[in-house]
This record gives sequence, C-alpha cells and structure tokens, in this order.
Amino acid sequence: MASPEDLSGQPAPLYEARKGVYPKAVNGPFRRFKWAIMAVTLAIYYGTPWIRWDRGPYAPDQAVLVDLANRRFYMFQIEIWPHEFYYVAGLLIMAGIGLFLVTSAVGRAWCGYACPQTVWTDLFQHVDRLVDGDRNAQVRLTNGPWTAEKVTKRSAKYLIYLAIAFWTGGAWIMYFADAPTLTVDFWTGQAALVAYGTVAVLTATTFILGGFLREQVCVYMCPWPRIQTAMMDEKSLLVTYKDWRGEPRGSVKKAQAHPGAFGDCIDCNQCVAVCPTGIDIREGPQIGCITCALCIDACDGVMKQVGRSRGLIDYCTLDDAATEKAGGTGQPIRKTLTRPRTLIYFGVWTAIGAAMLFSLGQRTRLDLAVQHERSPLYVQLSDGQIRNNYTLKLRNMETRPRRVAVRVSGLPGAVLWTDAGSREKAGQRIELALPADSVTGVKLFIAAPGAGPARQDFTISTQGLDGDPRGDSDTIQFDRPEAGQ
Amino acid sequence: MAEQKRIDEATGTSTVGHEWDGIEELDTPMPRWWLWTFYATIVWGLAYVVLYPAWPMIDSATKGVLGWSSRGDLAKEMAADARRRAPTVNAIATTAITDLPAKPELMQAAVQGGGAAFRVHCVQCHGAGGAGVKNLYPSLTDDDWLWGGDLASIQYTVTHGIRNPDHKETRTSQMPAFGRDGILDAGQISDVVSFVRTISRQERASASSARGATLFADNCAVCHGAGGEGGRQVGAPKLTDAIWLYGGDRASLTATINQPRNGVMPRWGGRLDPVTIKMLSAYVYSLGGGEKGLAPAAEGAGADGQP
Repeated sequence: MASPEDLSGQPAPLYEARKGVYPKAVNGPFRRFKWAIMAVTLAIYYGTPWIRWDRGPYAPDQAVLVDLANRRFYMFQIEIWPHEFYYVAGLLIMAGIGLFLVTSAVGRAWCGYACPQTVWTDLFQHVDRLVDGDRNAQVRLTNGPWTAEKVTKRSAKYLIYLAIAFWTGGAWIMYFADAPTLTVDFWTGQAALVAYGTVAVLTATTFILGGFLREQVCVYMCPWPRIQTAMMDEKSLLVTYKDWRGEPRGSVKKAQAHPGAFGDCIDCNQCVAVCPTGIDIREGPQIGCITCALCIDACDGVMKQVGRSRGLIDYCTLDDAATEKAGGTGQPIRKTLTRPRTLIYFGVWTAIGAAMLFSLGQRTRLDLAVQHERSPLYVQLSDGQIRNNYTLKLRNMETRPRRVAVRVSGLPGAVLWTDAGSREKAGQRIELALPADSVTGVKLFIAAPGAGPARQDFTISTQGLDGDPRGDSDTIQFDRPEAGQ
Repeated sequence: MAEQKRIDEATGTSTVGHEWDGIEELDTPMPRWWLWTFYATIVWGLAYVVLYPAWPMIDSATKGVLGWSSRGDLAKEMAADARRRAPTVNAIATTAITDLPAKPELMQAAVQGGGAAFRVHCVQCHGAGGAGVKNLYPSLTDDDWLWGGDLASIQYTVTHGIRNPDHKETRTSQMPAFGRDGILDAGQISDVVSFVRTISRQERASASSARGATLFADNCAVCHGAGGEGGRQVGAPKLTDAIWLYGGDRASLTATINQPRNGVMPRWGGRLDPVTIKMLSAYVYSLGGGEKGLAPAAEGAGADGQP
C-alpha cells in the first residue's frame, strides 16, 4: 500500500489496464448449483422461442412472441394488446421488487448466479479452460510468445466465442417473429434489415462483454452493484472470510510447529485463484464480489484436505459475523431468510402477482370505445329529426371472428344504422361481424326525434352473440340544436 | 489543493484532494478500455463528418460524401408511399363510381383519400366534416340535396361546379329576384312566404297562404314543383322539409324571394385529377346523406333554369 509520501513522486496513472483474471476450475456444491442455473437459464433463453402453442387459425402458434409489427404480445395462453401494457409494467414492477426480495433474503444472489453477464462470463471462462487449459496454462499462454500453438489456440477460442455470441444474438430475434420462418428467412437473406442489424449488434456485445470485459462490466458499468450496496444491511447474507477464525495466516507446517499461534487460513490463495472477478475475498466485502460463492467451494475443499472444519469462507450476515467474533453462534439460516423485511417484500410481490392474475381472469375480450363526431355535432334531417354521427371502435381481442349486437338505450325513439345500412331499414339494434383479433372501426348514425334536450346522455352497448355474452358499454352524448337556432 | 491529497486507508487509492463536509473523492484510475471507447467516438465523429452533412458553411452545411439529406429521405418515403397506393388508386380509377359501394375495401380507401382531399380543398366553404355554414354553404351531411345525393350526381357536381359562367356543362339555374326586379310586390311576396311556411308545416293555413298558393303555382312551381317538393334538375330546393340553407323564418324567406343568392361552387374538373374527384365524391357520399339506388341525375342537363 502506498504511503502519503509517495504523492510527491510519480503522479498516479490516469488509466489502468485490466488485470487478467484466470479463474481456476473448482468443484463443490455451489459450483454444481451454478452449473444447474446456467443450464436452466441458457435453455430458457435459447429454447423458449421454439415452443409451439396452438391458438387456432387466427393467431401465431409461438408460445412466447413479441409481435411488434402487429402490436401483440403472446405468452402461452395470455395475449396482451398495446392498451394492456400495464400488465407488462406490472411484470417489470414485480421484477424490480423481486430483485429487492432476493437481495433482502440472499444478498447479491442475482449477481452471483442469474445475471446474464455472470452466466455468459461463466460460459466463456469455461471455453477458456477448454481451449487453453486451467489457470496456470492460461497465464503461461498469455505471457508467452506468439507461437504457432498460441495463434491456433487463440483463433480457436475466438471462433468459439464468436459462435456463442452469434447464437446468442440470433436467439434474441426469435422472440420477435415466428422462429422457424425467421430462421429460414435469415439464412436465405430475406429477413428484415433490422433482424440482421440486431443480430450483429448483439453478437458484438456478447463477444466483447462476455469474452473480454467480463468483471469490468460489474465493477465499472453496472448500476446494480451500487444499488445493492445501498440495499444491503447488517442482516444481508454476504460471502464472508471469517478473519477471526483465519488470522493470522500460516501454513500447516508452521501451525504444527507453533500450536495455537496461527488461525485456520493456510494462505493457499485458492479463494483468489477461483474468483471470476479476480478479487481477494479476505480483504472484506467489496463491490467486485458478486457472491458467486466459488471461493466457498475452493476453501471448503482445502479445509477438508487439511482436516479443518468447513466454512472459513461462508455466507454470513454482518450481525452474525459480530456474534461469532464475540464467540457466540449466528442465527439459523431459516431465521435469516424469514426476517420481516424479506416477508414484506414477498407479500408485496405476491400481491401484485395475484392482482394481475385476477384481473387477467376478469378482463373482457370485447371492448367498445365510442367517439362522437364533433363536426358537425348534429345534423338536421329533412323530416325534422336530428342525426348524430359516431365512430365505434370495437376491439375483438379473441382469436376468433365474433358476431356482436350493438344497442342504444336511454335515447327514446332512436334508430341506428351504419354506412352499410340505411335509415329506412334502421332499427333499435344492429349486428356486426368482427374479424378475429382486430380493431374494427364502424361509422354509426343515430337519428332521434328533434324534440328533446340539447344535450342528452345515453348508452351504446355491445353484446356477444356467439357464446360469451359479455360485452362493453360507453355513455356518450346526443346533441340537438339549442332552442332558437 | 494538492497538499490535501492523501491515501485512503481502506482502498489504498489517492484522493483527488477535494473535501465537502468530510466527503472525499477517490482518484481511481479510469479503466484503459474506457479510453479506447473515447478514441472510438472520435473516429466515429470524423467518419460522420465526412459521410454526412455536418460542417456549417455560409449558405448550407457540407454535403457529406453519401449525399444524404432529410429532404431526400422524405422524397423517398413519399415515392414509396405513392408506389404502395398505386394499385388502389388504379383500381379506383378503373372502377365506375356507381360500382364503388359494391367493393367495400375500395370504397373505404376512396373515402379515406377523399377525406384527405376534402380537408385541403373543400373545408374552406363546406366546413370540417362537411357541416356547411348556415346561410352560406350547404351542409353535405344531411339527407337533403339540391342537385342530387347519389354518387354520380355528386361526382358531376364536383367536376363541373355550380353556376360557373365560363363552363358549358356546369350545373346552373337562376332564381329570379322577384322583389328587386318588381315581379312580385311586397304583399304578394308575403303571401308566398305564408304559403311556403304552410307547406313546411311552420304555419297554419291562412287567407294569406291561400293567396300565396296561387302565386306559387304561377311563379314558383315550375322549378320547385307544384307541392314545393323541389326540382333537382335545376337545383331547386325542396320547400316542404325542415332544412333551410338560407333560413326558413319569415324574414329569411322574404329576403330570399326578394333577391336570391344563387350560390356558386367552383368546378374542380380542371384542378383535380379524376381519381381525386371520384374519391371526394365517395367521401361526401359517406357523410351520412348519400342516396342509394337512385338513378343518376341526367348529366349535362345544363338546365336553362328559368322559372
């Protein structure tokens, strides 16, 4: 560590090159858990667009589809229209509160296990080991001269990077169009320019962020570690080096020579060697620690070898750390996980989810919006009656064509017709055929006796005629000339 | 400031030397790759300046080697849209106007296009939505038509206009100025007003209206019809209904008979292309008063409109 006197000498460098991180392979329960999460998250990401879901002939059969061109969002049996975007907003709020919930319960678990940056970095680091060998071989190769072997290995590695990156970018666009069709179009050069552009951009970002920037994203770019540091408290689970047990460090031999003089840490540096962000957890909690727990696996393995109990590095809250330091035992994990803050987050998160599910179940799929023609507000008809014009917007949100009746109530003597009909044949009710999954605009004419209030509220309502009788109604105004006009 | 610099104990990093209420800032070195992204933006900027309009000169910016301009983009978009609309426009051009309603999609496109043209060329007089202006320009949304409200009649009216002195085929007629020219005296006009108000059920029959009936039969019936049912050949309005372009009260009717307005509408045949006129006609037809199944008014019946 530099001392203040050093400031008189060389100024500190303005820029700092990235220090290479070559994490060593490790095995253990957390590593296996990370394998499982990687398998599940990658399978979800790459596989979801290929799941089929039959919705009949009037809607796409892709289970998850963000159909931007037609403004529809399909997720299994749920179909979201643009005006129902609040469901998506609700999902985003749930995702936000879900992150709070996870942070409150298990600290930076998102960073350590499920964040795409973590998962892809992990994947790319496995590629490094596959091509270059483990930590030491990687360091040797990086520091060594550019031999034919190095060129071959680097080319192979970057090609694999590129393949993964391209596959990642390619999978992304499958969420926005029919995946099998788009795949064929993509390779035959018939896909939209934006598809190629998106794949190119995402291939580049995956290649750069996963292949090269890695922990730099977490340390310099990502806002989430900063937010998390603000959200952590003394009851949050952290990956902790238990210095009261480990210090002072000394090898097994030294410890045998001087019983009682040394702590449990044998200073083997395995925790540093396996760290995917290249930090030393023994310096305490820090922003570079994504709590992936691989150092716990590494340390536990070493402790087992030297016959000491596991958990020199372990998940631990600051409260428990203080207790253990004072010689006590920390809370059981169950109690740590079910503290009130966590339960409140969980309650809010569940309530939003339940409310959204409830409203999804209750929503009608036949929607009516009426617009009163403003110019002219009313039309004097030759027989003395008054006509008002309206535009009906009928949203049939079901994936089948529908037949509906439109009625008027609260306007005595009124008859209605559309531009397909005529006043002579007009009655109290019209029937309309609505195409599947679409908005139909209908120009509606309503004529009523000229005697009556200048402004009269009445109701236009729709009713399904084919199975589901639920409909919608809208209260709107009927205008007549003011007296004296 | 420099003397306040110190090494932060927890991180081993120098501070920048500022201090605000005990809060200091670490002088952490920037990551090297950040410097590269900064250089990359400079390269990007230089490339942009070369490729696109960028550098302000006296009357315009440098053109850029790609020759891009936002105006050019607009022209391309307009051309693309014209290509997109071409099949519809062609279909409308080759379809007789009376056949349009049988092709709902074409009719709808025509109404849309006509609406756009209406908002440019027609709203000045006929008002937004064809509402008309009281005492000046007729409403196009009601069910009363001077010259006919079926598609062909509307198309003819739009093409040839009304009372265009320089045009042979224009719709024309002239209601005499009965008062100004001394054809009827004030009392007689008052009687005719009484009669007209009787047949439009605004007044009860009276001695005056009985006298007016005779005068009406002699002077007015030739155009307005024996019962005041109007005559579309000459654009003579129906006098028995509730719609009055220039007002149906006694004063307005008296003024009209004294000195009629004989409204004029420009002919659009020379100014707008036939497809636009067809679409305009479809739009006017769609406003609510369009008349179906009527025989088109005899076209070219220049109607020498003398009463």
